[in-house]
Amino acid sequence: MTAESESFQLSSGVTVVFESMPHTESAAISVLLPAGVVREAAGRNGTSSILTEMLPRGAAGMSSRELCAALDNLGLQRHLSNSSAHLTFSGATTADRLLHAVPLIANMIRSPHLEETDFLASRDLVAQSLMSVEDEPRQQLSRMLRKCAYPAPWGNPSDGEAEDLPAITLDGIRDHHQRFVTPRETIIGIAGNLELTAVRDALERAFGDWSGEELPEVICGDVVPSPCHVHHKSAQTQIGVAWHSVPVSSPRYYDAWAAVSLLSGGMSSRLFTEVREKRGLCYAISASLSCLKDEARVMACAGTTPERAQETLDVMVAEILRLHEDITEEELQRCRARARSSLIMQQESTSSRASSLARDMYLLNRIVSLDQIHEHIRNVTLDSVREFILDHPPQDMALVTIGPAALDPATTRQAAS
Amino acid sequence: MKFEHRQLSSGLTLIAESNPAAHSVAAGYFVRTGSRDETPAVSGVSHFLEHMAFKGDERYSADDINRIFDEIGARYNASTSEEITMYYAAVLPEYLERTLELLTTLMQPSLRQDDFDMEKNVILEEISMYDDQPSFTCYDNAMATHFCSHPLEQSILGTNESITALTSQQMRDYHRQHYHTGNITLVVTGNFELETLLNAAEKYCSRIPQGEPRRVLPQLQPEKRIRLVTKEDAHQQHIMQMGCAPAGDDPLRYPAELLSVIVGDDSGSRLFWEIVDPGYAEACDLGFSEYDGVGAWMSYLCCEPETAAENLERCRRVLEEVISDGVTAEELEQARNKVAARVVLRGERPMGRLSSLGGNWVYRNEYRSVAQDLQIIRSITADQIHDVLRQFPIRMNTTVGVGPLAELTVN
Repeated sequence: MTAESESFQLSSGVTVVFESMPHTESAAISVLLPAGVVREAAGRNGTSSILTEMLPRGAAGMSSRELCAALDNLGLQRHLSNSSAHLTFSGATTADRLLHAVPLIANMIRSPHLEETDFLASRDLVAQSLMSVEDEPRQQLSRMLRKCAYPAPWGNPSDGEAEDLPAITLDGIRDHHQRFVTPRETIIGIAGNLELTAVRDALERAFGDWSGEELPEVICGDVVPSPCHVHHKSAQTQIGVAWHSVPVSSPRYYDAWAAVSLLSGGMSSRLFTEVREKRGLCYAISASLSCLKDEARVMACAGTTPERAQETLDVMVAEILRLHEDITEEELQRCRARARSSLIMQQESTSSRASSLARDMYLLNRIVSLDQIHEHIRNVTLDSVREFILDHPPQDMALVTIGPAALDPATTRQAAS
Repeated sequence: MKFEHRQLSSGLTLIAESNPAAHSVAAGYFVRTGSRDETPAVSGVSHFLEHMAFKGDERYSADDINRIFDEIGARYNASTSEEITMYYAAVLPEYLERTLELLTTLMQPSLRQDDFDMEKNVILEEISMYDDQPSFTCYDNAMATHFCSHPLEQSILGTNESITALTSQQMRDYHRQHYHTGNITLVVTGNFELETLLNAAEKYCSRIPQGEPRRVLPQLQPEKRIRLVTKEDAHQQHIMQMGCAPAGDDPLRYPAELLSVIVGDDSGSRLFWEIVDPGYAEACDLGFSEYDGVGAWMSYLCCEPETAAENLERCRRVLEEVISDGVTAEELEQARNKVAARVVLRGERPMGRLSSLGGNWVYRNEYRSVAQDLQIIRSITADQIHDVLRQFPIRMNTTVGVGPLAELTVN
């Protein structure tokens, strides 16, 4: 039913996953570079974020403005971001022009200028964006919840820590680039109306002669203890809870996915129905499965005015704890239907295909076709989901609140006992 | 791509663009009503009504609506702006008929009192959520200040006071006045069979009552105004400035769009190079907003409070330079390439196509294919950009700040 993807390695060791999408007019690329937050030196959280800001500021023989103009003239819609594991470049344009952008993207990645003036400007911009996060409790919540859910450095915020920024130097940025923007664990996802041979040639020319060292192992530290409350004179209290689940590589991953989908996959799912529709306690409520390569957490968040915050937390946790109860076939069928349609619609977007291909290769070291995912989803049963939830109960919940007053964490502790 | 325009027997307008290569189909009701059509006494009713639409009618309860949309795996939602309330769903082609049935149910909700009372809490929470987002507070205040005494000054969400005081009877009256064939257009894009669509549309969409549009389109008399919303505990200062730009039906809107990309796109624009690239401000951009009968330039600056005044001055100098010297041929070509690629990428998915198709029809009664859009973008000349700058120079008359500053001097 769906297109076949192919994966191959360039001479440099870069892994490429390609999917031909002949019915589209566009093409997209997603480059995962193993230079994320977990590679930062201790006390230098923000290095990866500053490097992300600096990469497009001139490369090889081109100034920042020349590079920007060249990419704009190719119509390349682009985005650079960083996460715990990666620094990611993603871009999309019409299919006839994507491969012309590849040499420019390669220059940006391999030979950025990384000069003093740009370093100072980039560090200032990262500092300012951290100040903005302080002003927005919802953004602050996701930073804090991650810190309380994952051990450092996996829980370190991708945008950095304000108090670490002054100690980060240009040499530190250059070192991070030299050691971690390297071919060994780089993955390129590419999808669109393109031919395999042309893709292979263009990528080999741009990335084939690239060399770099092996990556060291990441040493894990501690989680930030919770319950954790951050005082904020905000109109709402933001509430976040997190607990353990299983990663994509687990044979039970699709049961884990279904469990979160029952909780928060659509507007008929449990959290939305019980907290918002039946009780009117909040506007925004959601839960999602966050996956690292070897670990995963479910993170559930809601925002509500302080006088309703305790009830919101209590109802949320109660729903999470009773998730294994009364699951119906109809409920599960809705999860399957949502997944089926979203997988099919993914084939309409070269950008989402390119990033999914790269992400799957990182998480699983292999390609998963959309047909295989459909098959896995069809195979999830009432019993398999229920057993999964009972085997992986929401214990040791992390709790973070941000707002005018802390909440009583009793319900989340019940979960631990 | 094939375009169809039909008047259903009920008088409802249906427009559809088929794309057999798509995997999905998107359908949406575009209702030409929003906060600008409200009186201050019912401020926020359009948006609250959009929520109430999902509470269903005599046949389908709120639970049914959410359940059935999920059963067919729909990506569905609704949005309310100053001028349009839009209800939409993207589904696999076999569910188009069911989707039209459900979307039409949303057009004729029962507006039950207990649902109304419960949903009021959700709306009040949504207002509080946006209160905690300084950039949103800035936008709301900028619109209210710039469009003072014009219908577009009305806030989309309303206030705690207006929503608390709103009654279900007021909402029923508003619904009756605005949800009729004079204001509603059904838009469908993607993979569908025309005959199936027409049959389903006749079957389900004929319940919408007839009516005539009656929006008033007063002109705006711009005045110089400054407003500061002081938040002592905030770290960053947010500033929006607004000035007059071409209206939604003005042919100058295309060059105006390109001009805003050259001057204020979020990367690679003049404001970007002058203010963001050196690290003076976290964000500084310029947008062009078109409305029924009027248009606005809107710039946004987010920076440390102590540098706000100098950044505003930098921003003003950039704009004055463009007004006096125009843009270069290279800049124009770069902007054409950028915007053309955006149009192609957005148009690839039925859901992305739906809003341009519907927006064009509701504002201008016109259809343009992606190819026609591209042709227009390619044909824009430096002279047209010059015309925009002459008729609508980017000079801001409104300045609104949200953040620590209690005082701000604007030149």
